[in-house]
Amino acid sequence: MALDRKIAYIDLTTGKVETKPIPLEVRKKFVGGRGLDAYLLYNHAPKGCDPLGPENPLIVSGGLLTATCASATSRTHIMAKSPLTNLLGSCNMGGFFSPEMAWAGFHHLVITGKADKPVYLWIHNGEIEIRDASHLWGKTCTETQWAIREDHGDEEIKSMVIGAAGENLVTYACVMTGIKNSGGRSGMGCVMGSKNLKAVACRGDMDIKLAHPVDALEHNKTFIEQITSAKVNQTQGTLGTPFIWGATNCWGGVRTRNFQYNQMLYADEIEPEAIDDIATETMGPHHMAGCFGCQVHCRAKYKIKTGPLAGKYDEGPEYTSLGAFGSEPDCKKAETVLSANHLVDQYGVDNLEIGSIISWAMELYELGILTDKETDGLELKFGNDAALIEMIHQICNRSSWLGNVLADGGIPASEAIGKNSFDYLIQVKGMNNLHSDERATPGLALNIATASRGSDHLRSRPAIDLYHLPEKVLRKIYSSPIPYDGPLSSEHTDYVGKPWQVFWQENCYMAVDSLGICKYHTLFLGATLPNFEDWPEVIYYNTGLEFTPEELWAAAERCNNLERLFNLREGLTRNDPYKGDTLNHRYFDEPCRRGAPDVVGRTIDREKFSIMIDEFYGHHGWDKEGVPTPETMARLGLDQEPSHLL
Amino acid sequence: MEKFLTVNAEKCTGCRLCEQVCSVVHEGVSNPAKSRIQIVKWEDEGRYIPMICQQCEDAPCKNVCPVGAISRDKDFGFLMVNQEVCIGCRSCVNICPFGAMNYNRTTHQVFKCDLCGGNPQCVRFCDVKAVDFVSADAVPARKKRESALRQSEAKGQPAGAQGHH
Repeated sequence: MALDRKIAYIDLTTGKVETKPIPLEVRKKFVGGRGLDAYLLYNHAPKGCDPLGPENPLIVSGGLLTATCASATSRTHIMAKSPLTNLLGSCNMGGFFSPEMAWAGFHHLVITGKADKPVYLWIHNGEIEIRDASHLWGKTCTETQWAIREDHGDEEIKSMVIGAAGENLVTYACVMTGIKNSGGRSGMGCVMGSKNLKAVACRGDMDIKLAHPVDALEHNKTFIEQITSAKVNQTQGTLGTPFIWGATNCWGGVRTRNFQYNQMLYADEIEPEAIDDIATETMGPHHMAGCFGCQVHCRAKYKIKTGPLAGKYDEGPEYTSLGAFGSEPDCKKAETVLSANHLVDQYGVDNLEIGSIISWAMELYELGILTDKETDGLELKFGNDAALIEMIHQICNRSSWLGNVLADGGIPASEAIGKNSFDYLIQVKGMNNLHSDERATPGLALNIATASRGSDHLRSRPAIDLYHLPEKVLRKIYSSPIPYDGPLSSEHTDYVGKPWQVFWQENCYMAVDSLGICKYHTLFLGATLPNFEDWPEVIYYNTGLEFTPEELWAAAERCNNLERLFNLREGLTRNDPYKGDTLNHRYFDEPCRRGAPDVVGRTIDREKFSIMIDEFYGHHGWDKEGVPTPETMARLGLDQEPSHLL
Repeated sequence: MEKFLTVNAEKCTGCRLCEQVCSVVHEGVSNPAKSRIQIVKWEDEGRYIPMICQQCEDAPCKNVCPVGAISRDKDFGFLMVNQEVCIGCRSCVNICPFGAMNYNRTTHQVFKCDLCGGNPQCVRFCDVKAVDFVSADAVPARKKRESALRQSEAKGQPAGAQGHH
């Protein structure tokens, strides 16, 4: 049964391991995956704890449906207090790790303490051992995974690991599994490094008994048809996510030269079709790969064709890499994007954060805020591909003054660099933004400003806002499972109705993250993809657990509120430029300089933005400061938190 | 017409849905260790190969079985294990050149692909058709055509310039 997977508490200081079942009442309230992780973090992290201290719990999980016969249940979620933001840390990755953890008997791990030497966890059919990892320390992400397989003589072991960036406590080091699947955001790899935890390795062949196997299988078939019939997923399955970068770039929604432009010109070499040509040339016509149980197969395989890394195999690049190593630093060579993508996969560092932070440093250099003295003579200009690559090395190895400073994250770096460097840092809550430029899309701007893990598109982005769907269609989507009769607008430049859409998407994404499903299998990029009305059947057939769409919505809302409570406890206030629901002033003050007619000249209106925040808080049942009211806490059953049920 | 499971490995995306579907169909559980089809991977090369029972004409598993527990289905031609007769000696596991005879450590029995009785579910769920269920004579025709295309492309370009591995 999916419901008999356990939770394990592992103290790396004492070596003590304890396992427990997960009670059904906990499942009904917090589901699993990210939702239950939020509950565990709120209950286990002491207020104000040092993100790199032994008391910060690192929570690793699969979702409620992981490895069941629901589609694309590949996602692993990892949560802790973030060393980058000092608020909620949370990341999510595809691949094959969490299904293997489920077959090895576990859905959740709570890892505390600090080992006195490098270790890794070996999880095998209900057993957990802490093993010596001295021989793994210093190895790249791929080398580490392969070495663990060799240790055990088993090619099917799945591991989540850190590379040099995590070992060197780069605050935005990520967790890696497979060749390129990354738990990217908010520095969870740094937390692993702080615990001397090099890897978590899993192998298991314990049955996951399905409640209604025939129904689960047949339902999955119809689900897959629904998912693969969406045009957006067919495009993902051929061009991968770069198509999103290409489409938004030609429209004018892509940060370029940090935040100076909203469109990259002369990008021919890194357009999605050009990247696809390289994949075809180096890996053949069938070069798309899928995560566990997924028929979208959006991950391209490629080899680097030229340069010092020629011949190296990797996967992607995702659209995040096109932004981080293409448009933001304005580097136009495919070789640069593909090589940088390979380096971050091996160092184990978040591509979004490192690309964004280097692009910020490039702007500072061009403005004279950083000089040759700080860069050690490196000409850190936009479009200097070699400088971009060099800075990736310097940051991940902390091998220069500037690399060391930038490795601490944007806000600490802005304090070290001084002057008005902070004004140019495109961040929310201390986390740098994705390459997307939200000045023409107030709904998307509200999403990144209020996302619980800092600037982030995967928390609540109403991406379908860009499709100009008829209001009738929007109303059908957004007035279920709970009624909504307020305003909705098909116009992406509007401010009305957007707070509801962001609120709705926030609950939708919490639900998928708690079930352990990929966002390409829900209402994210495709308006016809499954959401609250569709999941109860899948949950029932696979686990036997009964939810109504409304109950699932309430659970998602409850878990989002737990994340909010955590952030409030750690110091979030509404208008704090470092820790608040705010945007960089350039969103309000600098008009878009390029793009389509509905983009060029646009800024976010301060007053209307503030009203959107008020409305967004209102939908949540939060007061004007963004704090859940006592009525909201009671309605969601959170008034007794922390309740220490697990 | 006798159909067989054919593998088009270059199309495989490595998602392993077939393994899961197979274990659900046959055992009612999700557990790739109990799947009749397995994807073998070289992840650092992006190479994924579905491995399945070939239902050999001169089948080593059938030949080696000391108690005659393995026989051939008359309608669909697949080899099957009679669990009532099987003594669990695992000789067939050892001799199969494809590693397609598996062993269930819970029931201590061997198990193998039975083509789902003529409607293989791995094929039904494989969207990219990396595994397919076709009549035996259709395969050489397709392979001839692919090979002819490769040869004609090769003739049109300098040797070594061909990128398709």
